[in-house]
Amino acid sequence: MTLSTEHATGAVAFAAPVASPGRRPDRLRRSLRTGLELLFFIGPALGLFLVFVVWPIAKAVQFSLYRWKGFGPLTDFVGFDNYDAVLHNEVFTDAFVHNITIVVLSILIQLPLGLAIALLLNRRMRGQGLLRTLIFVPYVLSEVIAGVVWLQLLQPQYGVIDSLLSSVGLRGPDQGWLGTPDYALYTVFAVLTWKYLGLAVLLFLAGLQGIPVDVVEAAQIDGASWWQIQRRITIPLLGPTLRIWAFLSMVGSLQCFDMVWILTGGGPANSTTTMATFLVTEGTKRQNYGIASAASVILFVVALFFALLYQLLVLRRDTRGTNLGRLG
Amino acid sequence: MTEVLAPDGTRTPARRRSPRYDGGSPAVYVVALVVVALTLGPVLYAVLGGFRTNPQLAESPAGLPDPWVLDNYRSVLSNSLFWRYALNSTIVAGATTAIVVVFGLMAAYPLARYRFRFREPLYMVFVVGLLFPATVAIIPLFILVTRDLQMGNTWWGVALPQAAFALPTTVVILRPFLMALPDELEEAALMDGASRIGFFFRIAVPLSAPAAITVGVLAFVASWNAYLLPLLLLQGDMKTLPLGVADYSSQYSSDTAGVFAFTTLAMIPALVFFLTLQRRIVNGLQGAVKG
Repeated sequence: MTLSTEHATGAVAFAAPVASPGRRPDRLRRSLRTGLELLFFIGPALGLFLVFVVWPIAKAVQFSLYRWKGFGPLTDFVGFDNYDAVLHNEVFTDAFVHNITIVVLSILIQLPLGLAIALLLNRRMRGQGLLRTLIFVPYVLSEVIAGVVWLQLLQPQYGVIDSLLSSVGLRGPDQGWLGTPDYALYTVFAVLTWKYLGLAVLLFLAGLQGIPVDVVEAAQIDGASWWQIQRRITIPLLGPTLRIWAFLSMVGSLQCFDMVWILTGGGPANSTTTMATFLVTEGTKRQNYGIASAASVILFVVALFFALLYQLLVLRRDTRGTNLGRLG
Repeated sequence: MTEVLAPDGTRTPARRRSPRYDGGSPAVYVVALVVVALTLGPVLYAVLGGFRTNPQLAESPAGLPDPWVLDNYRSVLSNSLFWRYALNSTIVAGATTAIVVVFGLMAAYPLARYRFRFREPLYMVFVVGLLFPATVAIIPLFILVTRDLQMGNTWWGVALPQAAFALPTTVVILRPFLMALPDELEEAALMDGASRIGFFFRIAVPLSAPAAITVGVLAFVASWNAYLLPLLLLQGDMKTLPLGVADYSSQYSSDTAGVFAFTTLAMIPALVFFLTLQRRIVNGLQGAVKG
């Protein structure tokens, strides 16, 4: 806020000696010029944004109110029937539950795990730079590549995971981990954890570097143990980083598509569908554009609800209500 | 604290050496090794799997290549489709990145340094855009690109929407950066007769190169790894690498060794490129939320 006023001082100070009532056309010309400059600078980005982001989203809302198979004009207005159909569709409600399961499991499992690893690694040790780079590897792979590799590892019986299990006397499920409805979602979650844990660790480590050494040293001098220091000083000071990670993770989990599509395609028996796989299946495979659009609007409202709730409850003091972020 | 302690403590030098309260235990190295093994295990298994034959893989899934076989890699490298997919990925990601960086810098500049009536509302348009994932708009986007714009199955058809969805993050990262450029710099430039457009191209752009590289890397990563939009828009030899990998793995699912070789080669460019820029990616992701 201060910046905008500070900013003006340059221009105003400049203009002040010249600005007399008799120079109106000059001022008009200047503001016209500013207008053209604005158009030149913001025009392309705004145009692109309106055409490829705003317009499609508005269209999604419109499609959601029609029964439309993609041919001919939009004529069959059905009001909120599509929403009604989606919300009463067990596949969709299950998908919603699966998304929420992934959100909750991420926070319950990835957060403590990532934090523990980051705390352990946050010290001077040989090869820390290399370690960070290696931990980052799964994150830079696309979900598709990670998914295809894990698909092979998880193959029933012949995959390396089942064969390692059998070498210690255990036996994987006959249909494979991804082929058994009871295990499939958790298996997908395990692969997602493998893929994204490195990012959590790196973000937490970066946050830990930002904690002043003095505070920790002071506590050390006062005789605090390592664990006391972590619990009373480091973790509370890491709060903003943890909350930002939780937010990114939540938004990502709600939109989860690629990994599920590669590993299971939503199966077996719809046990791993997510809201995103539901809408893509309805839209591209069944051409139910109205239903798919209603589902996407619902997905958006759910994501928005969580984002606002989170912003309201926890994130506000960290970011002062301006910037929400998301993962890729 | 340190200033108080430094003069009186003979132990200070010793403490200085380990400011992070080094437990120094080998347990840390053990944990580190386990983490690295779990992280890299699957990737290494795929790389090594590409050097084995299918009978080898079936006989002892957890074994090492014996003997090492180069055929799988050789056949992928001589597969013209692989190169075609890699080319498509490069062009789409390159175009996306170029559009995002150029348009993003241009838009962020007046949003940061001009004073006009709709500045904050206009900025909010982009901020709110952060909340719209491409998934939400995917069906209308598909219809818009394939029917209205007739750009289905083209590089631009994928690059333009990807750039549009990457713009919010870009503008949000770049604006504070441009705001932080000292006013004196702009005043001096204006005094010397530069226009504000001149200031942008000659001073603001070169000075914001680090931030521009960060947003560029983020856009490139997102585009290179993207799956959903290319899945709907690209067919045949227009496909990108992720689509190619997914196809190959479902078409030749019985040829596990071949799938490993194809996947390994597909991940190399990304690994090399991203790991060298790892620090920037992490900084960028933090910047995306902290502004």
